[in-house]
Amino acid sequence: MSAGIDSTRGQDPPARSRIRIESDTPVPQTGITGPSVNGHRITAPEVVFDSQDVSIFYGAKQALAGVTLRIRSGQITALIGPSGCGKTTFLRSLNRMNDSVPSFRIEGQILYHGHDIYGGNVDQVEVRRRIGMVFQKPNPFPKSIYDNVAWAPRNLGLKSELDDRVEKALRGAALWDEVKDRLKDSALGLSGGQQQRLCIARAIAIEPSVLLLDEPASALDPIATGAIEELMHSLKGRFTIVIVTHNMQQAARVADRTAFFSLEMSGEKPTGALIEFDDTETIFGRPRDPRTRDYVTGRFG
Amino acid sequence: MSTPAAPPALQNPRAARARSRRKKADRIGDRLLFGICLAAAILAIAVIVLIGYEVVNGAGPAISKFGLGFLVHQDWQPNFKIFGAGSLLFGTVVTSTFALLLGAPIAISIGLYLSLLAPAGVRGIVSPLVEMLAAIPSVILGFWGVLVLAPFVHEHMEPWLHGAFGFIPIFGSPETTGASIFTASLILTIMVIPIIASISRDLFLAVPRDLQDGASALGATRWEVVRGVVLPSTSSGVVAASLLGLGRALGEAIAVSQVVGAGSAIQTSLFKTGDTLAARIANQFPGTGPGLYQSSLFYLGVILLVIGLISNLVAQWIGRRFSYEGAVAR
Repeated sequence: MSAGIDSTRGQDPPARSRIRIESDTPVPQTGITGPSVNGHRITAPEVVFDSQDVSIFYGAKQALAGVTLRIRSGQITALIGPSGCGKTTFLRSLNRMNDSVPSFRIEGQILYHGHDIYGGNVDQVEVRRRIGMVFQKPNPFPKSIYDNVAWAPRNLGLKSELDDRVEKALRGAALWDEVKDRLKDSALGLSGGQQQRLCIARAIAIEPSVLLLDEPASALDPIATGAIEELMHSLKGRFTIVIVTHNMQQAARVADRTAFFSLEMSGEKPTGALIEFDDTETIFGRPRDPRTRDYVTGRFG
Repeated sequence: MSTPAAPPALQNPRAARARSRRKKADRIGDRLLFGICLAAAILAIAVIVLIGYEVVNGAGPAISKFGLGFLVHQDWQPNFKIFGAGSLLFGTVVTSTFALLLGAPIAISIGLYLSLLAPAGVRGIVSPLVEMLAAIPSVILGFWGVLVLAPFVHEHMEPWLHGAFGFIPIFGSPETTGASIFTASLILTIMVIPIIASISRDLFLAVPRDLQDGASALGATRWEVVRGVVLPSTSSGVVAASLLGLGRALGEAIAVSQVVGAGSAIQTSLFKTGDTLAARIANQFPGTGPGLYQSSLFYLGVILLVIGLISNLVAQWIGRRFSYEGAVAR
């Protein structure tokens, strides 16, 4: 596997995501790093997530401070950084998975296509239906392979041509050929990598527009990891993908844009913060911030 | 020194002796622990065997006189030495089944609420209360049944149920008192609820957070998560918990005898009096001496033991057959 900067980065995103909604606004500011979209990229893809000065607290403890960034349609955005820097917390707040944590509190705004995800009349079920998530540890349901994929569509009433939908999702997750003869078998009989691809299939079966991946390959061996990364390339464009990863080579291989989070001292306690957000090439090639440089060159973390 | 590798303890005779003494003490401790635990286990088995033997032995004369016909005959006339368990078996089965059918859904809902839905504060208060419900002595519950529940059933529930569902024969016209199979069933329902509720709450709490998150990340509502993930992965345990509750209902004597009315016939209407095996034994055993009467009461005990044994075995079988892993591997 190449550890270099991914060559697909330069490709144009698919046409359907190239909606010019910002013609009257200046070139987007991303994060605290200043303008990062160069002059020649005038028709940047639509902003899917617009995080504005987001701070997250668990009880009295502040996990994340003042994150401002924009995630664009059809791209793969990687969130990297040392343990405890709040990147997973941020990811989970994008589809309100943190709601189940009793002491969770968020300040600032996360806009999804201009709608506040934490707005008063927003249904978290609807949010998650559009913004799918795959977790660090493969968590297939103790059901058959088929039922794992068909479960969510059935819940949503998408019952017509369910077989086709399941097949399409499994093909999309590059799992179809391996499981097509044993769809009725238990999903727990699959290998870890297959289980994780099944979880991805399960997520894309309801056709969300965004996929959030929380260290999807961290529990997998290198071959299964390679399969997941290939899969991400094939899903790119169809879905907006946000991935948290500990593996910097992985971020470099798959992501268009990379956000570096780190722990900063605010007052006395360390708090997660966004340090730099830019094109992956820039983050790994010539980062602006010395902290980013130290991290990506392995001098820290 | 020629043997530099020897540990110091081996070179010091006193230390070596101390070590061997300690080893010996350890060995004796191990033996002792094993012996005590074995004795306790044997004691439990011995008690079961002895009880079984005594009951069957005591029932001997009645078994040889009435045979299996005892199970279906309804007459119970000590003065004429005619005994039959039919109506008692009927009363036991009806009250216990009723208690389970009504109690299990309520208890499972309580378990779901306490494990997944309730805010932490409510959970902290209600959870111990549910367990305390199980700690109420049955005779106290029986008192409450006589003084509060039976009059309430008689004055309000019976007329209403008869008015609304009178076309179903089991809801016959109201009787003169509230003592009935129906009231006994309600008391048993109250008794099985805390058992099933607390066990199923623990089962639901043990469902991996991962799985629930995975389901809700797919845009599933709370109900869909419960129905699709939580209940299927705990179903065997919930069934086993229900059968444990059933065991309690089958064997309950005191509270039932207080509210059931000690009737001696199989009646269609739930509002009529009836009796159960356990309640009959508790009621009449103190007044009997050796003889066919007492032997017949022992026979009732044998039936009760067999029913309890069967429900226990079924619970274990279900636990194994439909366990989480089993359901997965099928």
